[in-house]
Amino acid sequence: MPFIPHTEQEITQMLATIGVDSMEDLFDEIPAHLRAPELKAIPKGMTEMEVSRLMHQRADKNTKALCFLGAGAYQHHIPAAVWEITTRGEFYSAYTPYQAEASQGTLQLTYEFQSMIAALTAMDVSNASMYDGASSLAEAILMSVRANRKSKSRKILIPTSVNPVYRKTAETIVKGQQIDLVEVPYDGSTGTVTLEQIKQQGEGDITAVVLQQPNFFGCLEAVDEITNWAHDNNILVIAVVNPLLITVLNPPGQWGVSGVDIACGDGQPLGAPMSAGGPYYGLLCCKQALVRQMPGRIVGRTVDLDGKEGFVLTLQAREQHIRRSKATSNICTNQGLVVTASTIHMAIMGAKGLENTAAACFANNNLLVEKLTAISGVKKAFSGTHFHETVLQLDVNAAQVLRALMAKGILGGFDLSEDYPELGTAIMVCTTEMRSEADIEAYATAMQEVLAAGVVSAEKVPATPEVV
Amino acid sequence: MLIFEHSSKGRQGAPQSPVEKASISAIPENLLRKDSAALPEVSELQAVRHYTRLSQKNFSIDTEFYPLGSCTMKYNPRACNTLAMLPGFLNAHPLTPDEQNQGFLSCMYDLQSMLCEATGMAAFSLAPMAGAQGEFSGVAMIDAYHKSRGEHERKEILIPDAAHGTNPATAVMCGFKVREIPTLDNGDVDIDALKQCVGPQTAGLMLTNPSTLGVFERNIEAIAKVIHDAGGLLYYDGANLNAILGKIRPGDMGFDVIHSNLHKTFSTPHGGGGPGSGAVGVAKRLIPFLPLPTVTQEDGNYRYLTAKDCPQSIGRLSAFMGNPGVLLRAFIYMRFLGREGMVRVAEFATLNANYMMAEAKRRGFTLAIDHRRASHEFIITLKNEARDYHVSAMDFAKRLLDLGYHAPTTYFPLLVPECLLIEPTESEAKEALDGFMDALEQILHEAETNPELLHAAPQTLPVKRLDEVRAAKQLDLTYKMS
Repeated sequence: MPFIPHTEQEITQMLATIGVDSMEDLFDEIPAHLRAPELKAIPKGMTEMEVSRLMHQRADKNTKALCFLGAGAYQHHIPAAVWEITTRGEFYSAYTPYQAEASQGTLQLTYEFQSMIAALTAMDVSNASMYDGASSLAEAILMSVRANRKSKSRKILIPTSVNPVYRKTAETIVKGQQIDLVEVPYDGSTGTVTLEQIKQQGEGDITAVVLQQPNFFGCLEAVDEITNWAHDNNILVIAVVNPLLITVLNPPGQWGVSGVDIACGDGQPLGAPMSAGGPYYGLLCCKQALVRQMPGRIVGRTVDLDGKEGFVLTLQAREQHIRRSKATSNICTNQGLVVTASTIHMAIMGAKGLENTAAACFANNNLLVEKLTAISGVKKAFSGTHFHETVLQLDVNAAQVLRALMAKGILGGFDLSEDYPELGTAIMVCTTEMRSEADIEAYATAMQEVLAAGVVSAEKVPATPEVV
Repeated sequence: MLIFEHSSKGRQGAPQSPVEKASISAIPENLLRKDSAALPEVSELQAVRHYTRLSQKNFSIDTEFYPLGSCTMKYNPRACNTLAMLPGFLNAHPLTPDEQNQGFLSCMYDLQSMLCEATGMAAFSLAPMAGAQGEFSGVAMIDAYHKSRGEHERKEILIPDAAHGTNPATAVMCGFKVREIPTLDNGDVDIDALKQCVGPQTAGLMLTNPSTLGVFERNIEAIAKVIHDAGGLLYYDGANLNAILGKIRPGDMGFDVIHSNLHKTFSTPHGGGGPGSGAVGVAKRLIPFLPLPTVTQEDGNYRYLTAKDCPQSIGRLSAFMGNPGVLLRAFIYMRFLGREGMVRVAEFATLNANYMMAEAKRRGFTLAIDHRRASHEFIITLKNEARDYHVSAMDFAKRLLDLGYHAPTTYFPLLVPECLLIEPTESEAKEALDGFMDALEQILHEAETNPELLHAAPQTLPVKRLDEVRAAKQLDLTYKMS
C-alpha cells in the first residue's frame, strides 16, 4: 500500500487495543447514509515506475523554446547547490518553526534572509516572506492604511505602469476593506508616470502612492522626485522592485531624501525557477517605525537560558493564531522553502555576482533591441532607458508575430494588446543573462524572416498612435 | 555563526555569474546604486557547508516522528519532488501560450477533477496560495454570491470557538463581522446557540469537520439545515480532510464551499513554513465566482480561463496561478494513491490516532474528550499534571524534543487547558507510535519524580529555551554587516 507501513498482524493488534472489530467501526459516528461512494473519477493507484513515466511524458510536452518572455517571471541561472541543499529532507520536510529549539536551522536561515533582503533594499527590516510579489503589494497597501494615521481617505494612487496583474490582485484582496485604488495614467511617450499626472490624481487626502522600478514596461521611473513629493504631503510611498536589479539600481531605502516607507516585490529572480508560475515568494520590507504593522512571520535573534545566541519567531501578537479577528492579516504560511533557496542563492552569488548578472541582463537587452529595431517595422515604443525589458511597436498583429516566432522556437515576448489596448500592436521583450549573443542573433533572424514572409501582413492591423 | 560572519572582503569563489560586469553607464546616474549591497562574501563551499550544517539543526519528517496535531505531517514522497522538478516543468514560463504548455495544464486540469471527486464539489480553483488564501477566496465568494442576489445585509460570519485563528482573521479581511458559536463538552457545536445566532444578517458558517477537537461533528446535517434555512452558506475548512478522505465528502455533507490544504492531505512538503496551497472547491451555484485562473479542457486541449470567460469571478489572488510546483507535487501524490489509496489514507490515519488514544488512556493520561472516536487526531489535557506537579504542556513538549520526538501541537485548540493535540498520520508504523507513547509515559513519571527535568528541557538540542520576551522587546531582526 503506498506510504502505509502496517502489517496485517499490527492492524489486528491495534484494533484489539482500541476495542473494535474492524476498521469500519472507527467511522461509526459518521451517518451511514452520508458515506462516500467509490471515487470512480479518480484513476487507480500507480507504482513509482508508472508515475515516473506519466510525468516524463507530460513534462516533455512543454515547449523548449528560447525564452525572451518576462513580464514578472524571469529565466535566470541558479547554482546547482541551491536546490540540492534546499531539498535536503531537513529543510524540505520541516514544519513552521514554532518549536524554536528544534528549528534553529530554518530560523537562523530566515534571519539571514531578512538581513540580506534588508541589505538589498536598504530598508530597516524585512519579514520572512509573503506568497508572491502581487499579493505582497496587496498586503503592503493594507499595511499603509494601518500605518498612515494622518490620512483618513484610504485612497491609494497606482500608476498604470505598475504590473497589471499586481493591480488586479491588489484589487481582489483589498476591496473588502473600503480602500480606493486610484489609477494614474502613464505618459505615452516615456512609458513612465510623471509627477504632474500624480499630482492631478493626488489632490486632497491620499494614503499612499505605489511606484514600480523598473516599471512593468522596463522603463525607469523618476523615483526620487515622486518620493519627496509624497513625503512632503504626508503620503506613504510603497515601492515595487525586482530584487536582482536593485543590486545596480538605486534601492528603495535610498529613494528621495528619506527612502520609501514600504518595499515589496517578487523574489523569483533570486533563485526560484520559472516553474509555470511558482512557487516564488513576495518580499516585504519597511521602516523600523512600521514593523508592528507588518503582516506575516518575522524571526528575531535572542538568547537562550545560558545566554547563547538563538532565533525565534517574534512579534507574534500581530498574527492570526494569537490575535484572531484583530490580526494584521489572515496570512499564516510563508514561502519557507523558496526563501531557503533564495538565501543560499544570495550567499553563493554575493553582491558582485548579482550585480554582474543584472548588468548582463541590461546589456543583452540593449543588444536585442538594437538588432530588432534594425528590422523594418519594429521600433521602440517609449523613449528613455529600459532595463531588461523593452516595449516594441510592430506594425502588424502582435499575437500572430509571436505565434510565428514560436513556430521557429522563439518565445518572443509578451503581447500587450489586452492590458494596454492603447499601445496597439506592441510586444514586450526580455533578456536575462542566460541569453547568449547567438540566442539574440537567432531571435533577430527569426523576426526578420517572420516579417519578411508576410505571413501576418494580410491581417495588418494599423498601429494606434494614441497617446495616453 | 551567521553566514555574514564567514564573510571576507573581496572573496568571490563561485563561477556563477558573468565574469566581467557589462557597462551600465547608459543608465542615468541618479538612478544607480551608489554602494554594493552588504551581502556576505563567501566561497561556494563555505555557503554549502554553512547551510548543510544549518539544516542539521532542524527536526523534520525525514528525521523524526512529527505528531503535530492539525498539521498532517505525513511522509513527503521523494518522487513527488523529483518529478515536479523535471526540466519541462521548471523551465516553463508562466505566460507560455497555452498550446505550448499542455503538459503542465493537463496535470492541473486532472488535479482539479480529482479534487472535485474526492470532496464531492462541482468545481475547483487551484489559485489560492495557502490555506488562508483559500479561506479568503471562500468567504469572498460567499460575499459575492449574496451581493449578486441583492442581499447586501448579510454581513455576519459565524465561527465555532474551536476554529483556527485564520477563520476569524479571514472573515474580517473580507469585511465581515464575526460571531463566535460555543462548543459543547462532547465536542459538537452547540446547535441551540447556533439557532439563536442565525438570521437575515447571516452570510455563512465556517466549520472544520472533523473539528480541531479531533471529533466528527455528528449534527452536521442539522447544522447545514439551520444555515441554509437562514439563507446562509456553509464553508468547510479542509484542514482535517485527511481524516475522512474517501469516507465522507464535504459536498455530500451540505457544504457549499471548501478549501483543501494540499500541503496537509496531499502531502506536499511544509518546507519549514511553506509554500502551501489552499485549493478551493464549490457547489454549482458558486462556480461563477471562483478565483482565477482555472484550467478548462475542450476536445483534449487545455487552457486557462480568465476574467473574459468568468466575469463574475472574485478575481486574481496572485500574479500567476497559485504555487504550481506545489500543485504538481499534489497531483503526483494523488496518482500514486489512486482512488483506493485515498480511502486507506483516512482509514490508517484514523486507526493510528485511535490506537494512540487508547494507549494514552491506558497509560494514565486524561483525554480532553473521552468516550468518543478520535478522528485522525486526539487531545490529551495535562491540567491535572499541571495542578499536581507544576509542569505545563509546554514542559512536556520541550522534554519530548530531548527524547527525539517533535512535540505535538500545544495550547491549541484554545478551549482545552494544557493540551497536546496529537496527529500521527497514516504513514507512521506502529513502532513509532509505541516509541512515542513510551516517551510520553516516561515524561509523566518524570513529572512526578523529577519535574526539574521537564522545566529545564530541552538539554540536547542546539539551544536551550529561548528568551522570547527579549526577542520581542529588544528587536533584532537583521544583521548589519560593518
